[in-house]
Amino acid sequence: MKNKIMTRMGDGARVELSAEQVKEDILTGTQDAADRGKIPELNSDDLEQLFDIFADTNRIVAVKPGEEVITTDDGAAMTLVGDQADGGVALPLSMMQSVLTFERVCCADTAGIGHTDYSCKPVKPIVNYEKQKYYTLNQVTTIPLMYGMQPNLGQYFQPDGPFPNPSELLPSGKIKEAREAQEEAAEQLRNDLVFVAKSLYEAGCDGFNFDTAASTGDADFLAALEAIRELKKTTPDMAIELGMSSEFVLGLHGDITFDGVRLAGLYPHDQLKMAESVGADIFGPAINVKATKSTPWNLARAVTFVKETVKVADIPVHPNVGMGVCGLPMYESPPIDCTTRAAKALVEIGKADGL
Amino acid sequence: MSVAHIMAAGMGGIRTAGDLVAWMQLTQRMKITEAKEYVAQKLGVNVIDLVDEELMHQVRQDLNIATLPMIADGATGMVAKCRIAELLGIELNSVNKFKSQLDFSK
Repeated sequence: MKNKIMTRMGDGARVELSAEQVKEDILTGTQDAADRGKIPELNSDDLEQLFDIFADTNRIVAVKPGEEVITTDDGAAMTLVGDQADGGVALPLSMMQSVLTFERVCCADTAGIGHTDYSCKPVKPIVNYEKQKYYTLNQVTTIPLMYGMQPNLGQYFQPDGPFPNPSELLPSGKIKEAREAQEEAAEQLRNDLVFVAKSLYEAGCDGFNFDTAASTGDADFLAALEAIRELKKTTPDMAIELGMSSEFVLGLHGDITFDGVRLAGLYPHDQLKMAESVGADIFGPAINVKATKSTPWNLARAVTFVKETVKVADIPVHPNVGMGVCGLPMYESPPIDCTTRAAKALVEIGKADGL
Repeated sequence: MSVAHIMAAGMGGIRTAGDLVAWMQLTQRMKITEAKEYVAQKLGVNVIDLVDEELMHQVRQDLNIATLPMIADGATGMVAKCRIAELLGIELNSVNKFKSQLDFSK
């Protein structure tokens, strides 16, 4: 028992592993990422450093002095007033009190807000309210205030939206129709993304976060990329962060290309290059977590992907380290031991510019 | 979770110099090392000092760019952002909009 290391499974359940088991999980985790992404495995120094992070007997760990990075988020400044679905704690506060608490009590480097639904489609008809909210909050915050939303192409399909639903067309063999529906929906989404972001820009928006991009596959990613390219031409002094939804762009369409590159199947280091090509200012890779594997396995995978992404990046890279991505257990209250270990590993080994 | 990340790896926002480094990433696409060096040079401090609460409180108070704890009549919010943009030599959309609204000639 003395030699056991306390850690967690990918679903958050506590588990005690031997040092050999942790080392084995770290090794197979990095091998899995390297194999899938066709990227280098972590080197021996990295493996040793990651093992030491897990072997640390303290409940909370942190980066060394001087290695601190910038935090950006997907609406975390609203979680004081949010509900369970947003990881919120439902305090009876105003949005302004929540954001200022995030700035002055939590001491975040930036603050992210958005519509409660946090998707593009519901924002469009009420964008004036969102402009007013942003404008008012931005008068009182000193740290950079970001407005964020998910492209979330899925909301454009029936019964929620106007376009035929590919998940109904594909099983019935209507591949051509499914692809046409995604192409048409992506065009509408692109226009809506530009409309909302331009509206926020008019209100003085300093930063816009395209969060959880490609959640509905390659057509979703296409819409985000096209929107960012357009926005960087028309609203150049509004920073844009592109955060991904998974380590792998799903080919729900399969044949979509952007600048000659097939979007389906892109891994983070290739997703980053697409983000850079359209002018995004910060890129946020999201590495999947397997709930049945240990945190050492999951975090080794995440660090492997992030390290390669940072290595080829010309812009800051802020890995998405929320519930169920980049090594954090798939649980709505990510345990603090795993959360801080993920932060330390992604910064010190992955060389992330932020989280 | 966000607080855990901030405590484990964040720069500390206006408690130190986190917001200033963040502005350089957002507006100039600077990687973390370059952004820290730029801000340290503008503030006239060493890079390691950027996260030193004891030192940064006085630096921020002298520059009047918002501090923690708050100074009762110190600049915060948009006023502090105007001063930060000037200090760092960057263009901020919100600051430019605010200044244009103050232009009484229009």
